[in-house]
Order: sequence, then structure tokens, then C-alpha cells
Amino acid sequence: MSKILMKGNEAIAAAAIKGGCKFFFGYPITPQNELPEYMARELQKNGGCFVQAESEVAAINMVYGAAGAGARVMTSSSSPGIALKQEGISYIAGAELPCVIVNISRGGPGLGGIQPAQADYFQNTRGGGNGDYRLLVYAPATLQEAVDLTMEAFDVADYYRNPVIISGDGMIGQMMEPIEFKDIKKRELPKKDWITDGTKGEREPNIINSLALDPAELEKHNIRLQEKYKQMEKNEVRYELYNMENAEVVIVSYGTTSRVVKNAIAALKEEGINVGLIRPITLWPYPMKAFDEIPNTTKALLCVEMSMGQMIDDVKIANKGRLPVHFYGRSGGMVPSPDEIVGKVKEILGGER
Amino acid sequence: MTVVFKRTKGLKDIPTHYCPGCTHGIIHRLVGEALEELDLLGKAIGVAPVGCSVLAYEYFNCDMHEAAHGRAPAVATGIKRVHPNAAVFTYQGDGDLASIGAAEIVHAAHRGEKITTIFVNNAIYGMTGGQMAPTTLIGQKSTTSPYGRDANHAGMPLKVSEMLATITGAVFVERVAVDTPSNIRKAKKAIKKAFEVQMEGKGFGIVEVLSTCPTNWGLSATEALKWLRENMIPYYPLGNFRTPEEVK
Ligand SMILES: Cc1ncc(C[n+]2csc(CCOP(=O)(O)OP(=O)(O)O)c2C)c(N)n1
Ligand code: SF4
Repeated sequence: MSKILMKGNEAIAAAAIKGGCKFFFGYPITPQNELPEYMARELQKNGGCFVQAESEVAAINMVYGAAGAGARVMTSSSSPGIALKQEGISYIAGAELPCVIVNISRGGPGLGGIQPAQADYFQNTRGGGNGDYRLLVYAPATLQEAVDLTMEAFDVADYYRNPVIISGDGMIGQMMEPIEFKDIKKRELPKKDWITDGTKGEREPNIINSLALDPAELEKHNIRLQEKYKQMEKNEVRYELYNMENAEVVIVSYGTTSRVVKNAIAALKEEGINVGLIRPITLWPYPMKAFDEIPNTTKALLCVEMSMGQMIDDVKIANKGRLPVHFYGRSGGMVPSPDEIVGKVKEILGGER
Repeated sequence: MTVVFKRTKGLKDIPTHYCPGCTHGIIHRLVGEALEELDLLGKAIGVAPVGCSVLAYEYFNCDMHEAAHGRAPAVATGIKRVHPNAAVFTYQGDGDLASIGAAEIVHAAHRGEKITTIFVNNAIYGMTGGQMAPTTLIGQKSTTSPYGRDANHAGMPLKVSEMLATITGAVFVERVAVDTPSNIRKAKKAIKKAFEVQMEGKGFGIVEVLSTCPTNWGLSATEALKWLRENMIPYYPLGNFRTPEEVK
């Protein structure tokens, strides 16, 4: 198949349809509008349906209904919109329904701005909804990766009966890159015999629910959910290791920022400074084991993000106190330059050079 | 012996948790009977609310989906879009529908969403212990209007049926009560009609049912029915508020 040039938001939408998405419910917010617009144009054509909801709250609850009814369904939004969806996300996770949620994030807090930021790390990986739940979070760094992960996300969601988040920032949503729609590896999926599609008088009624008034029953449910999340931690972790050999400093960075970091690494190499990169592709489950592959030449870790330091907690947990952890971040929609990162690495190694 | 009355197949054979004398039970039965008589049980997908009827998903003998507080119309929208031939309904209280879920119900109606809403108006928040609802009457005492609802402070009680009847997509809007046998019969007729309108693909239908909350009103079951008749019906007149020509 040949490559085509597409804008990130549209590429993710197209990938979703190729991944089997038939239903989309959303509400406009910059910088992700091309995604619902693409769905409005394309879904009807293959028997699916796009509805512009009256709010993000309604949109995610439409997703909740459609997922319970057995459909492959998706919603997308950007930071403040995802904040509104948290109520529904918690219900969907509680009721164990599959769906895909795209967060093309922007600067915050509050209304913030419309430029790319990674300040929704907590929102995506910890969740703003109530209760003990987890979401699988993919953070693509290129449009090709965004497309591949989105296509696969529907299978993964069905496999675990759990929401999957595609976490991209405004840069991923707005830039154009050549992409190819490759065939993805299909998983063997459990039968959806739990859906609400009408009994037709042929079976007992099904109930989609997240309420359990008996505390013992709710605890049991939560223990079972945790076992599922453990399976995800065991099987779904993804990351990239880059230029790790003889690294003096290892940078931890994901998504758009990791691309800037790679440029910084190239510049540093020319000056004879070896710097490696751990790039989490799943933000949850977090690639803890990637940190076991840090070479013994490494003197320090550097977490680079477009936030004020939200991922640094996970970096510290994964590092287990072995190496000093530094941070460099820009916020509010500011994208770090390779020079800034080069400067920070030199500052860390400063005493020795 | 001839059977003159029996349990509807629309309800499962399990006891409900409602307080003695609460009319939620009657309304459940009417919905169950309507679904059974229209032969819709195999096609029905209900959405239960948050409120005293939160466990409605346990009672109706059809597929059910529990929703967050107020969001039932959005959940029903998702279901109906996936299964356009299903008989999708929401069952919602006044706090659920008229307060936290006001946007969801207005816009489901506005889209002409082909669903049926059973709206149980008991002028109070039952489940959480008797707080004021948007539908609480002027002068009515509740735990959060301890001196009686004051319009100047809390606004006038919201007339949901009148409001929704202004929306083109809402093609069947009727208010009924379950205080007397004859009103109960009218309520059943309205509920059946609302389902028929949905199955004919005409648009959104809602039946507002004036209901009692003897527990939080602090009245006996019979006093509660009398209070409904003497206080609620004068402010919330019964009758049809919208059935356009094409739906008649
Ligand atoms: C988001 C959210 N807010 C508040 C509640 C608490 N709550 C449960 S039931 C209810 C009121 C329900 O009243 P109504 O819809 O009138 O139904 P009734 O109990 O009177 O039948 C409230 C506020 C909740 N469950 N979720
Ligand atoms: S609290 Fe009121 S509405 Fe709720 S079950 Fe009891 S009587 Fe019915």
C-alpha cells in the first residue's frame, strides 16, 4: 500500500474506521475538530453514525450507551472536554465496556490555550473520575504510530472490556505526515454475549451497570478489575529504547516531545556526548521494566515534558532511587527546542565537563 | 376460576425496594404492561436513572442499562443509534431529569431522538432524603427548603411537559397522574402511545407521571394521594401537551 499525506486528526479518524469504529459521539473543541468532522463525513457511508452531542458529558454517555449496546464506538476531545468526560469514563470503566477515547491535549489549567501541551498526563493516566479504575493510555509520537495504535485500540478495548485512550497533543492533531494503513495483528476476541440489544425472547435480560450497593460485592468487583489491570501491566506495556549504548544521561520523554529530544540527542552526539532515550508508548501501564535496561555508564535521568513535571513521579518510581532524576519542561503550549534540551543535559553533566 | 389480574410479564418476579405506598411501583407495572401488550419485551432496552428507581434495572424484564445521574437520555441515544429498531426507554425522577439532566433531556427531545421517557415527578428528591427538586411546589417544605419553597429564592417549580412541548422533536408529551384508578388507566394509555410513537419512528415521546413520596412528604399513603390531587394537579395540569397532526 502506498503512503498518503494526512493531517493527524483525520488520520486518527480514518484509522478508527479501519479499526472497525462505527459510532462516534463528540462535541467541538480545538485542536481536535478535524476528527469529528471526518467522522461526520465518513461514518454514515458504511452504516455507522455520527452524532454531535450537546456537551462532552452527553457525548461520553452516548458512548456508554452504544458500547453497552455492543458497538465499536469512539469519542474525541481536548483537555477541558476530557475533564467533562471523566464522569462517564468512570462509569464505562466500572461497567467494563470497551471504547476508544482520543485526547488531543492543549495547555491548561482551566480554559488554558489551544497550543499543544502534555499537561493532561495525570488526567489521562490517573483519571479524574471516581473510584479504582485504570485506562490503557497510548501516546504516539508520529502519525504512523498514531494510526497503528488507533487501529489496534478497538481490539485491545474489546479484549479487556476497558476504555483505551489515545493521548496526542495538539501537534499530533494538527501536523501532516505521510502514513500507510497497514494490516494490524488481530486478537482473538471474546464473544459479546453481555450486550443490551434486546432479548428477542431468547435469553435472560442483560444488565449494564456500575452500581453495587453491597460493599462486599463492590470490593469483589474491584479486586477482579485489579486482576484485569495486572494482565494489562503484564501484556500491554510498550516503549522504545533509543541510543542507549554508553549513555551518560538517559532522557525519558514521550509523544511530540520525544521527537525534539531525538534531535537534541543527535546534536549532543556530534559533541561526543552520549545520551539515550526511554520513550514510553503506553503511559499506563507505565514501562517500568524499560528502566532496568539503563546502562551502567548512565549518571542521571532527565524527564522532558510539555508540562510542569507530571510524568516525573512515574520516572522516579521506575528509577527506584538508583540515579538522580532531573526535569526539563515547558508549559502553556510552549514546545521545547533541541537547544534547550542540549543545554539542560550539559548543565546536568556540568561538573564533569 | 377465571384470572382477573396477574403479574405482567414486563416485570421480573422479585420484590421491589420501594417504600410502602410509593407510586413508583404502580408506574413500573404500567410500563411493564405496556411493553408486554405491545409485544416489545424482546426488543426493549431500558435505561435506569439515579434516584429511588436506581434499581429499576433489576425489575424490568428486558435488557437494561444503568446511567449516571441525569444522563439517561444520552445513554439511550447511544443505544438507539446502535439499535434503531429497539424499543428504548428511560425511566427518570424529577431531580434526575429536571435538574442535573436538564440538558440531556432537552437535547434528546430536540434531536427528535426516537426514545420514550417515563418521567416520574414526585416534587422532591426521594432517594437522598427529601431535598428540594426543581419541581418542588411553592411553600412546600423539604430538607433544603425548610421554610417552604420561596419563588424569589429558588424560582418557580419547573413545568417540564410544558417546556418540552415547545420542542419540535418532541412529538408526544402528556402529563398523567397515578392517584385514582381512572387516572391510572389514562396513564397506561399515554405510556402505550409514547411507545407506539417511538416504534413508528416519529420522534421523542415523554409521559410525565405525577407520583407520590409518602416517606419524604411525611404523609400516609392515602394522604399522599390526596396531597398530589390537591396540590400538584392544580399546578401541574394533566393532559396532552403535544401530539402533532402526523402523530395522531
Ligand atoms: C452526580 C451525582 N450527584 C448526586 C447524586 C446523589 N443523588 C442520588 S438520587 C438523587 C436525587 C434523585 O431524585 P429524583 O430524580 O427526584 O428521584 P426520586 O429519588 O425522587 O425518585 C441525588 C441527588 C448522584 N448519585 N450522582
Ligand atoms: S423515598 Fe419516596 S419516592 Fe423513594 S421509594 Fe420511598 S416513597 Fe418512593
